[in-house]
Amino acid sequence: MSNGPLQIKAISGHAGPVPGRDTSRDYDVAKLIDVTTCIGCKACEVACLEWNGYPFRETVFDNTYQTMPDLAWNYYNLIRFNEYVDGDGTLSWLMRKDQCMHCAEPGCLMACPADGAIVQYSNGIVDFQQEHCIGCQYCVTGCPFNIPKFNSVTKKVHKCTLCSDRVGAGLEPACIKACPTGCLHFGSKADMKELANQRAKQVREQTSHKNAGVYDPAGVGGTHVMYVLHDVEHPERYGGLPKDPQVPLMVRLWKGPLKWLGDIAMTAGVVGLVLHYVRYGPKRVEEEPKKPEPKGEPK
Amino acid sequence: MGSLGDIERYTFRERVMHWLTGLTYLYCLATGLAFYSPHLYWLATMLGGGPTSRFWHPIIGVLFLMGTLWMNNMWRRDMEITETDKRWLDRVENYVANRDNLLPLSERFNAGQKLFYWLMVYGALLLLLSGIFLWVPEYIPRQASWIRGVMILVHEIAALATIGGFLIHIYMGIFFVPGSMTAITTGFVSRAWARTHHRLWYMRVTGGTPPQE
Repeated sequence: MSNGPLQIKAISGHAGPVPGRDTSRDYDVAKLIDVTTCIGCKACEVACLEWNGYPFRETVFDNTYQTMPDLAWNYYNLIRFNEYVDGDGTLSWLMRKDQCMHCAEPGCLMACPADGAIVQYSNGIVDFQQEHCIGCQYCVTGCPFNIPKFNSVTKKVHKCTLCSDRVGAGLEPACIKACPTGCLHFGSKADMKELANQRAKQVREQTSHKNAGVYDPAGVGGTHVMYVLHDVEHPERYGGLPKDPQVPLMVRLWKGPLKWLGDIAMTAGVVGLVLHYVRYGPKRVEEEPKKPEPKGEPK
Repeated sequence: MGSLGDIERYTFRERVMHWLTGLTYLYCLATGLAFYSPHLYWLATMLGGGPTSRFWHPIIGVLFLMGTLWMNNMWRRDMEITETDKRWLDRVENYVANRDNLLPLSERFNAGQKLFYWLMVYGALLLLLSGIFLWVPEYIPRQASWIRGVMILVHEIAALATIGGFLIHIYMGIFFVPGSMTAITTGFVSRAWARTHHRLWYMRVTGGTPPQE
């Protein structure tokens, strides 16, 4: 079965070839966030809440333009705001739309023990299935971006779905639809990557941001949410975006070599005990001798 | 209970305590293995589903630790490892191969039982200590999130160590040493059983004098 979008094969009464016929393209989807054109209006935050049917939360003011300190189980999308002053005293307002990055090698999925609680679609979307979630929060430990959030009442973990329900129906995610500046783009990963590189080049050539670049970290196999940053060398300035995100070493150890060692040890243990029984059999009780004889310990 | 001449090996309180620890451990083992391996996730399904298993695993785990502490209160003096035990352990291969006559005589518990005991006591403490972090990870700040990863590893290693001991314990109790299952369920063992496996204890409780070593 094709996992691509519906492609028209023939058109009635149409002069010339069918547009797009016999072409194929990757169906990996990606979101591109050009932080250089984000104005921090938070329309994406509102659209996200509206589409997902969550009430608007009480905001927390901590002297920035940020709605609240962190994402929440019913708040998938947050503009992180940072005032950054560089060496020569230039002030920048750095605004970054923070949400799930939809890693190609997701740490949450690797860490999750519950059958079917996290799925990765062939288009790259990583989605949580709350009906299978057991609330252990290993995904929180596995995520290098601090994204999944726990609902302590329902004991389920939630995060951005990249609007998998909309994308599955051929629509773009709600946040994309709401963005007024065109800083949010949605399309195939290859197209978004190309667009991102063009934009980064433009920023490098036409502004003073000579380190502008694309954030698509290789440590997690690339992400299906990418950023164009003014300074790709210092992503941590944008509200703690990690420079080289990796699935935590402990998680990789525990799901990798230790898992193998444990499996082998437990299996070998059971097999060894069965073999032992077959070889030596049970211990026998010696009947008490008629006359008690002093019995020393043989050396 | 027991037939004429049988010796009481475990009091009622000891048996209740043993089965409290044993059955709570078994529950934590089954649900823990379900979380450990996708191939064993059916264990959680059988025990009421993943969320139910996740809910009860830590609570039953606390009961297990309480049983272990109760056990420690009752048995720790019996479980002190002596010089004789060290000599016993040096020749443990004789025990494995059923050449028990080549081993020093045992008191109420032999050196293997004592080792298993201390493995479970320290294992239980480590499991609870690390388990608290896995129980309510939402209270650990993000800056300290590496602690969660470390604690998962500690929990896993401690669990695997106790599983090793537990497998041997089950094997010995059910198959390798006939009579021990009756001992821990009814409390009584035959005189011959006591004399064979725990000669010094047998001498002590029946009023005999232990043979000179």
